This record gives sequence, structure tokens and C-alpha cells, in this order.
Amino acid sequence: MNKILFSSISKKFVMATAGLFLLLFLPVHLLINFMLLKSDPEPFNKAAHFMATFPLVKVFEIVLIGAIMIHITWGIMLQIQNWLARPVGYVSGSKADTSFFSRFMIWTGSSVLIFLVLHFFNFYFVKLGLVPGDAEDFYSIAHNLFKLPMYNYIYLTCFTLLGFHLYHALGSAFQTLGLNHRIWTPVVKVISIIYAILLPAGFAFISISLWLFR
Amino acid sequence: MKLTLKIWRQKNAKSKGNFETYQMDNVSPEMAFLEMLDALNKRLVEEDKDPVAFDHDCREGICGSCGMYINGHPHGPIPAITTCHLSMRFFKEGQTVWIEPWRAKPFPVIKDLIVDRTAFDKIQIAGGFISVNTGAAPEANNILIRKKDSDNAFDSAICIGCGACVAACKNASAMLFVSAKISQFALLPQGKVEAIDRVRAMVAKMDEVGFGNCSNTGACEAECPKQIKLTNISRMNREYFKAY
Ligand code: SF4
Ligand code: FES
Repeated sequence: MNKILFSSISKKFVMATAGLFLLLFLPVHLLINFMLLKSDPEPFNKAAHFMATFPLVKVFEIVLIGAIMIHITWGIMLQIQNWLARPVGYVSGSKADTSFFSRFMIWTGSSVLIFLVLHFFNFYFVKLGLVPGDAEDFYSIAHNLFKLPMYNYIYLTCFTLLGFHLYHALGSAFQTLGLNHRIWTPVVKVISIIYAILLPAGFAFISISLWLFR
Repeated sequence: MKLTLKIWRQKNAKSKGNFETYQMDNVSPEMAFLEMLDALNKRLVEEDKDPVAFDHDCREGICGSCGMYINGHPHGPIPAITTCHLSMRFFKEGQTVWIEPWRAKPFPVIKDLIVDRTAFDKIQIAGGFISVNTGAAPEANNILIRKKDSDNAFDSAICIGCGACVAACKNASAMLFVSAKISQFALLPQGKVEAIDRVRAMVAKMDEVGFGNCSNTGACEAECPKQIKLTNISRMNREYFKAY
């Protein structure tokens, strides 16, 4: 049984499925974040409150945290095995013509993870009551954070790296899930690229607006 | 043409190994890469030195044994050819050429540029066949096969098991090779009978011998001398999901 659950293809399957789920969640988060641009804190705080209390969302939250954990753990597991499979490298490097960002998934992913930890300390752990703060006023917490240049630097860097991560994500997940098609695979690749640009751009837009124009 | 060769020399599987530098003065652009190495070896023998060990057999691109990693590319910088088909006219006067063995844990170096590729044989033995009683050749037209399927099966079957995909992959994954071997059967009616057992056994063996996991970078497809496509890996995954 373990052999099946932890075979190379099964691990890739788990990785891809968890990743796809996370891809679905990000636009939802972005839409809520756009409410930060309003001068009235009410709508954003209401949305945050809804996300924190509505039962169905709570179920979704557990699945989401699970997906994040799995995506990270499986990713590290796969990466370590991959490093072990090539104990001695090449002196002349690798000049193969590959999709560029696909080579750095572990590093772009790790940067996103670092941001995620910071993000959890700033918001999620406040909501859970693990870190002091007003869980009913995420609007002010966010606005205060975006006033700090340092926070914006980190934010923008991490979202750029997230974009690099996403660039390879969708197409790769479809390939792993065996969803390969003469016509649709190139379409999925294009969607993946558009998604990888637009989504981080949306988050970055909010960051820059609040930092420089408020 | 003058060339500087940096060749990996390693006495045996246990010794450490290092790069040796060799100056080649009279390389003709008409030479094949292996002929150039033959010339070097002739010289080394004359100088009473140990010649460079490298694998080769057919020298016409079909046996898959001439694997070596040349200047950052398995089988050298020209796409879709094996080392034995690589011509010296693709190299420039005064160029430095790095020649390394395949690097992967399941492909340990035996000597110099020769690696042990029995890991591939083990995967093949696990399921890369169909079980039929041989005898007189059966009538080929008894089982009708769609042209498209037979073409696709053939495109997968031309994998020569050279291991360049593993050598090129940053994860030392063998998935292109294994998926080609699975696909060539999965696409044909004769192969469907044992499809489930085959994919289970071959994937399990591939994992067991210690190859890495594919992360869809596409280096294998870019470097494969027989242009085996990544779609094979997708098909292997589908076959695997179907089998469980
Ligand atoms: S898939 Fe290509 S690179 Fe890999 S073993 Fe077969 S022929 Fe060689
Ligand atoms: S020697 Fe046979 S493929 Fe090169």
C-alpha cells in the first residue's frame, strides 16, 4: 500500500492536485483584497469576518490549510529524492532547452513559504488568537503594514517569485494528471502564463496603491 | 582543427576520478566524435597510457550505448542525434570540449565514461514485454490496428534506451524512458492485455532503483536523440491511474 501511495507518480499526483486547489483559492483572496482599496473599512472587515465564521468556509479553510501543508511536505519530499538521485553533478552544467522557471520551483516555492509564515503571523494567527491583535479589524492591520516600505519590498518580491512559480504550475499539473491534449495543452499553457502574470499583478497593484498613493 | 579535451577519467567504480586535459592537434571536421576519441586512444596506447574507456557498438544511432555528456548536453550540442552521429564539424577551432559520463545514482560509473545502465534493464525485465508463446510468426493482418495508433506506438518504440533523458534531467528521472516503453505497448491491442501489471511493475522498479521524480521541465524531451515526446509521460501517468 505504501508503495502505491508513495510511488513517484502518486506523489506527483498529490502534488499537482493540492497545487491546483491552491490555484483556485488565490483569486478568491485577491477579490477580497481589492476591498482594501476602499476608504471604508466596513466591506473588507465584513468579508474577512464572513471568511472567518461561515461554517462552509471553515470546512474550506481546513481543506486549504491541508492542501498547503501537503503541497509543501510532498514538494520537499520529492525534491530531496531528486537531489539524492544525482549525487554528482556536471562540470559543464546543463544547457538543455527547458522551460526556464520549471528549474527553480523549489526556490520560488520556498520564498512563497517564507512569505506565508509572515502572513500567518500578521493575520491568520491573530484570527486564531495566537498572536495579539484585533481580529475584527484586518483592514487596519493591512493598511498599517502597507505603510511600511520594508513590508512592501518583501511583499512585491514574494509575489514576483510567486508569479515565477505559477508560470510553470498549471501546465505542469495538467501534464502530471495525464490531461494531455493536442489542442488543449497549448491553451492551458497560455492560461497558465496569463494567470501567472495577472494574479501577482493584482496583489502588487493593491500593495503599491496603499503604499504610495494613500 | 585544434581542440582541448577535458575528459573524466576514473579507474573503476570505487576510485574517485578527475578530469584530464588532452590537446588534439589534427582533428578533421569530417571525423565523427567517436573517431576523434579513437584517435586520442590510439595516441594514448602508443604513449603506453591507459586509453579512455567509452561505450559504443553500432555507431549508427540505434544501439544507444554511446552515451556521454558533452559540453552541457547528453550526446553533444546537436539535437536529435547520438554521440556516434555527432560530427566534428560542429566544433570550432580552439574549442574546449568537456566530456563527462552520465550522472545519476542508478547509473554508477564503471570506468571513465562508461556507466552501468543495468537499472534500465531491471525496469524492462519488470514488465517491458508481452507474454506470448513464440513460434511461427503470426499473420500480421489478423489484428487490425488503427494507423494513428501504430504510428504513435512506433514513435515511442524507437527509444534506444540510451539514458540521455536521465542524464539531462535535473532530477535524474527516468520517466521519459519508462513512459516510452510503457506507451509502445499501451497503444497496441497486444499490449493492453497486461497493461495493468506492466505499469505497476515498471513504475515500482523505476522507483526502487532510485531514479528521481519528473518535474516537467522538459530537458529529457529536448535532449532525447530519438525525440521521444513528453506526452508519453502523461500517458504513463494515465495508465498508472487506471491501474489503481
Ligand atoms: S527516451 Fe530518448 S533519451 Fe531516454 S533512453 Fe529513450 S532514446 Fe534515450
Ligand atoms: S554507438 Fe550505437 S547508438 Fe551510438
